[in-house]
Amino acid sequence: MPKKGKVYINEPWCKGCEICANFCPKKILGLRGDGKMEVKDPENCIACNQCVLRCPDYAIKVEVIENND
Amino acid sequence: MELEKYFRVEKLPHIWCPGCGHGSVMMSIAKGVDKLGWDPKKVVVVSGIGCSSRAAGYLNFNTLHTVHGRPIAFATGVKLANPELHVIVITGDGDGAAIGGNHLIHACRRNIGINVVLFNNQIYGMTSGQYSPMTPEGSMATTSPFGNIEPPFDLCELTKSAGANFVARGTVYHLPKLDSYMEKAFSKKGFSYLEAISQCPTYYGRRNKLKTPLEMLEWQKENSIDIKKAKDLDPEELKGKIITGIFTERDEEEYTVRYDKLIASVQGGKK
Repeated sequence: MPKKGKVYINEPWCKGCEICANFCPKKILGLRGDGKMEVKDPENCIACNQCVLRCPDYAIKVEVIENND
Repeated sequence: MELEKYFRVEKLPHIWCPGCGHGSVMMSIAKGVDKLGWDPKKVVVVSGIGCSSRAAGYLNFNTLHTVHGRPIAFATGVKLANPELHVIVITGDGDGAAIGGNHLIHACRRNIGINVVLFNNQIYGMTSGQYSPMTPEGSMATTSPFGNIEPPFDLCELTKSAGANFVARGTVYHLPKLDSYMEKAFSKKGFSYLEAISQCPTYYGRRNKLKTPLEMLEWQKENSIDIKKAKDLDPEELKGKIITGIFTERDEEEYTVRYDKLIASVQGGKK
């Protein structure tokens, strides 16, 4: 079983550039109508932290909620 | 790493456009300081003018936002007055390669202990997209509507020849590598030059068929060649490519150390 994570998006800092969505290996992030990113598929986060690393606006945090390593 | 320790979080979100790579390079600087365990009170960030230079406003160190092309001149003064400080210069391709080019080569020649981080987005972003000395040949810009006919400056080769102790180039696409170059650059005594290829989706990408920030990052990935691999390729094959890696690592004596020795010798060994 892989790790599981919970993604937090700091909306005032998010500019909707979609870099996080493109680097997410599980494709769980998407652009919302108001130009902010949202977690479309929260169940599938594997806490890989790619979105945290790639966000140029430091707007994402990931909490590991299940660690099976 | 705690964001609050190195950033003035009340000033965030930063002013840069959606998808701009500068935020990633600024984070890499903070990570470098964190890895070396420098006391933020002993770090001075000096920047010039341009998009990149806005970084000084967000970093929670001693910061100086100076005049166009002159951050290295100000930083030289800071370092000479207080050699124990860690002096980082944040500059861009316009600020550092065009108007500030001469300061850059002479700081290399002196090998003064300043860590220059040049955010290379290959365009004058703040003034809406004029070509810079580091814009790739053939690129569209507001001042080159039929394509840029000038070859770009290779500042890594220039700073290496001018005498810098450490020279490297990384990209925002290869972020973990950029972080490792940052750490090496910061830990070097003497002058270091680190060029970070960043992306400007607003004024470079849109005019050059790279419509999204992701396409710009993919462009960095596809066009980067490691310096070890580049050695076996001829100049024609390397045209338009981004050569990444460490260009030089030397341990020549730093300027303020030589200066202190001079003072000691002319005062007859007393200081």
